Amino acid sequence: MLCCICKEREATVHLTQIAGDKMQKVDLCEECAKTKGVNDPTGFSLADLLLGLGASQEIEQAAGGSEIQCPRCGFTQADFKKAGRLGCPDCYTAFAEALENLLKTMHKGTRHVGKVPENLRESRDSNDRLKLLQKRLAKAIESEDFERAAVLRDEIKQTSSRLNNPNVC
Amino acid sequence: MDIHEFLVPPADTARRRGPHDRIVMSSRVRLARNLKDSAFPGWAKKPERVRVFDLIRPAVESLPDMKDAFAETMDSLSSLDKQILVERHLISREHAAKSAGSGLVLNREETLCVMINEEDHLRMQALRPGLQLRQAWTAIDQADSLLEKRLNYAFSPDLGYLTACPTNLGTGIRVSAMLHLPGLVLHEQINPIIQSVNKLGLAVRGLYGEGTEALGNVFQVSNQMTLGEAETAIVERLEKVLAQIIEHEENARATLLEKKPKMVYNHIGRAYGILANAHSISSKETMNLLSLMRLGVDMSLFPGVDRALVDELFILTQPAHLQRQHSGKLSPEERDLLRADMVRERLKQVSRPVINPAPPGTELDKQSN
Repeated sequence: MLCCICKEREATVHLTQIAGDKMQKVDLCEECAKTKGVNDPTGFSLADLLLGLGASQEIEQAAGGSEIQCPRCGFTQADFKKAGRLGCPDCYTAFAEALENLLKTMHKGTRHVGKVPENLRESRDSNDRLKLLQKRLAKAIESEDFERAAVLRDEIKQTSSRLNNPNVC
Repeated sequence: MDIHEFLVPPADTARRRGPHDRIVMSSRVRLARNLKDSAFPGWAKKPERVRVFDLIRPAVESLPDMKDAFAETMDSLSSLDKQILVERHLISREHAAKSAGSGLVLNREETLCVMINEEDHLRMQALRPGLQLRQAWTAIDQADSLLEKRLNYAFSPDLGYLTACPTNLGTGIRVSAMLHLPGLVLHEQINPIIQSVNKLGLAVRGLYGEGTEALGNVFQVSNQMTLGEAETAIVERLEKVLAQIIEHEENARATLLEKKPKMVYNHIGRAYGILANAHSISSKETMNLLSLMRLGVDMSLFPGVDRALVDELFILTQPAHLQRQHSGKLSPEERDLLRADMVRERLKQVSRPVINPAPPGTELDKQSN
């Protein structure tokens, strides 16, 4: 596959971005990626990455045509493009799709690791536990180990009721 | 309360010691936090910003470390006051530009400083002299854990602490150290070092953070990524990289003295000559020359001179501090004259650099004044 900017060298950097409801793929060679600052986390422009590398007009239009707005604070994707910052905590939900790729390029991972406020810690642990139990249950059913499945089912029931009523232990 | 009466005098600040303070001037850990259900400061209208400020300020003031703290709104500080806080590295340039609805809370020891409604609702930072990243992290972690009991943070189990800019998302942590690296600069090794540090996902910035130049050979190294890595892992990673930079700087100094002593003596001797004799000097030139003098002190070329003398001048010769000492607005030309007068006066007690330094700790008879 050739680089879509210089159309000369082999593309080794592949980016997928979702602007509005349109998906846009960008394939770059190492050199063009460097000039665009994709390799260098200190130098790239947020808005450029989010709404079109090289800001081609098509992408601009795609973004403009399906303007997403945060239902809580009224911040739009165009505002984000301009400011490089979001309007309120809920914007992360409103612009989730568009942000996903941006976060991938920007950070080590896309899921939080580290400190959690104390009052949320237990529910987070239970959530993780619930997911694990459900996985085990599926496996037990698959291998027709129904005795174990019954034990797991009870455990899931207990965990999820605790999650919904944190005060009842 | 008058901020100038509150702030630690520069002479005392300069005397604070910490591990590796030959090279690491200070350590800092900053956390970004926001309140649930409120727009970020950059998007919120003034009434909302004021409401958030009034909610956060008492919570911050109730921290045990904030006993007898200085707390003020940005609109009640003069632009000179704000500039002084920037020069002390207590608030950011961005915060200095804020007015009503933004403010700061600073403790007596200047080890804990909270900016309210900067880019995020809360930017809290723990500061320590020398290399003390762990201590700074523990301190700010404790403060944050107390604050989360009183404030409802915007937090998502998947994305962590939600911040105005996605670059701070997740842990919201910025771990940084301010380094004095004249050896690497003189040895022309600084650029490869910066590049390899960048490759490790760490940022290298100038004296006043983002987008500023490295005046006085002072560089800030900090983590860049905040999502997908735990705070303690980030602190450890930075510690490892800093240990290497320190080693490189020490090696560069030793190699320079061994291989190019004339070049080193020339730089330091000229720096001393200008600082001790100039009648007009800009703050930029002052910083760059003071950096060389600091190197000279570290290399024992100024026997009997304490590094604190240089570090104090680092603070006092900056524009706002100078302006403050002469109470009143000064033109840049007037400042350059007064700056030169002050530096000359302070360096009266410093003899010119010796050429073959005695090993550290030995007294020289000639230096008895």
